[in-house]
Amino acid sequence: MDESSLPWIILLAPLVSVAVIVFLTQGSRTISAGVSILAVLVSFVASCLVFHAPDPAGVNQITWLDFPALHVPIGVTIDQLSKTMLIVVTGIGALIHIYSAGYMKGDDGESRYFAGLSLFMFSMLGIVLANNFVMMFIFWELVGVSSYVLIGHWFFRDAPPAAANKAFITNRIGDFGFMLGILMLWLATKSVVFTEIEKSLGVSKFENLNLTAATLLIFCGTIGKSAQFPLHVWLPDAMEGPTPVSALIHAATMVAAGVYMLARVFFLVQASPDAQWVIAFIGTITSLMAASMAIQQNDIKRILAYSTLSQLGYMVMAIGMLSKEAAMFHLFTHAFFKALLFLGAGAVIYGMHHEQDIWKMGGLGKKMPLTCATFAVGTLALIGCPGFSGHFSKEMILAAALSGSKWTFAAALATAFLTSFYMVRLFVVVFLGEPKTDAAKHGHDAPPVMALPLVILAIPSFLAGYGFFISHFVPLHGTEAPGFVSLFAFLAFASGAVMAVLLYRGKKEDPIHIGLLANKYYFDEIYAALIRWTQELLARQCGRFDRWVLDGLVRLLSGGTYAAGFALRSFQVGNLQAYAFLFGAGIVAFLWYVVSK
Amino acid sequence: MNLNDYLAVSGLLFAIGFAGVMLRRNIIIIFMCLELMLNAANLSLVAFSRFHVSAAGLPDYNGQMLVFFIITVAAAEVAVGLAVIVSLYRARRTTHVEDITSMKF
Repeated sequence: MDESSLPWIILLAPLVSVAVIVFLTQGSRTISAGVSILAVLVSFVASCLVFHAPDPAGVNQITWLDFPALHVPIGVTIDQLSKTMLIVVTGIGALIHIYSAGYMKGDDGESRYFAGLSLFMFSMLGIVLANNFVMMFIFWELVGVSSYVLIGHWFFRDAPPAAANKAFITNRIGDFGFMLGILMLWLATKSVVFTEIEKSLGVSKFENLNLTAATLLIFCGTIGKSAQFPLHVWLPDAMEGPTPVSALIHAATMVAAGVYMLARVFFLVQASPDAQWVIAFIGTITSLMAASMAIQQNDIKRILAYSTLSQLGYMVMAIGMLSKEAAMFHLFTHAFFKALLFLGAGAVIYGMHHEQDIWKMGGLGKKMPLTCATFAVGTLALIGCPGFSGHFSKEMILAAALSGSKWTFAAALATAFLTSFYMVRLFVVVFLGEPKTDAAKHGHDAPPVMALPLVILAIPSFLAGYGFFISHFVPLHGTEAPGFVSLFAFLAFASGAVMAVLLYRGKKEDPIHIGLLANKYYFDEIYAALIRWTQELLARQCGRFDRWVLDGLVRLLSGGTYAAGFALRSFQVGNLQAYAFLFGAGIVAFLWYVVSK
Repeated sequence: MNLNDYLAVSGLLFAIGFAGVMLRRNIIIIFMCLELMLNAANLSLVAFSRFHVSAAGLPDYNGQMLVFFIITVAAAEVAVGLAVIVSLYRARRTTHVEDITSMKF
């Protein structure tokens, strides 16, 4: 087989699976699941082949739109960045597909679910492979649609459709900025292809302001998709979807798409110092804010969701600090251990018969030893325990933060401390101590089809940080963190963990209550009020205009017609002679008019 | 006998016909009166034709052609009209216009 067709196989295999499921196998859940898993395995194998092949010399592309001013190809980019992303997306995707086969067993919408997963894989791989902005934007939106479908999978309940709408609409706000940014770049460079934009950026300097604005508008796409402050509100609500979806979309792949996109257009970030500052600021705010919200949440998935927000903030901050390596390194390790944590949470929820409140669990370590062990690996990786993958990438992030200012470093350290605190809290409350409810007493480990992905994911969660592993995926150019960064990172990790153990060991309910954090800084309420005072006010004025002015005109017209009809009706007397008389009188009047003229 | 005499008779016939249409209640009578009005028009047309003599001493035949037209059309119209009246009578058992008021508002 020709090697240049491999990227197309990666991209199109999930699409074929969608078509097969939708048109042929909708009736049979097992076959649908099999088709979907097969497709993602094909993508994974092809990705591995691409990964080992040398970078192709020419870009393999077809022309889609060809106008004098606008040339849009559909092509693929194969370089170190996209190769790494391909492995992450298809590898973790494959494990989550397999896990889903166990988790979603017996669900009425299983075929629809797997069609959605395959559609998501197709769109996510499209983002990874895209070699121009328009193609990326198309797949960007497709990712939004498929995530909408998956979040709202249980559409017959109340919360999931609302969460799906929230995710989709919030993303649209960011995507609008993204689109404007693409248009600005296209106006300036007359091209939408990444490499061509990069080239013309080197040749001709645009107005400084113009480039900063364009970069920030592009960054809006990241704010939406990677759930950065102030558009972060959709991600925790998106946990209403099935747990494997949360693992796939809201931990490992889709939310990482924003960071990946920034890494892809890193030349833009490098060229505009003002934008760097904003990006780093947003990332820092998000990481710290989300970590602080996570310490007061009680839903196991929501804690992980806020943790994801916080880690994404780390990555965005690293991009803003011009440390693409740190961002991609953390994206890489985070994808593994966060997917592991979500799948572990899924196993807990599965074993607890869909109970998500951590205060109704407890003592699950004895009931679910395998889940507990793998979850522990994920937790240790996330909180940066020395020796685990997260430790290495987090140190690089902290080093990147240090290159900004001492404030960003302090914020990143505080985030690390909070991360350690809330994750150990979660672990202690869920897995240690005494069972708090009957369901917790009768908890059990997940079936093998779900346990296997946990075990497999635990391996890279542990290993991914070591040089012999990561150097194949993310080139790290001898960026060693200074010694005291390691020391501070260790202190943050250890103090957070110890505090959490001391506070939460053997507790029946949360000993601390911070309303501000439990209510997520009242963001949802503030946004609701904002919408009420802006959009709904405007809508009400428009409604008034419509009701009184436009409707008034229409009513005037219809009323006039009705009145005229009513007046004319009095001529219909039902007497033949009267008609004849009127007819004759009409002729007389007409004649008189003609003759007298 | 000049043109005015003919026109006077024609006008008289027309007036009688019109009065009949206005005043009578029986549809058949009204129909006959309508025919009377048509024939009044025919009479005046023939009179115009006869008194509009060309230079060669011939009457203007256009008017007479029109009269033939009217007679033909009137014959067809009578056939249709009488058929309508017959079916109306069958449906309503009456030929009085005052009894036929179902279209009245």
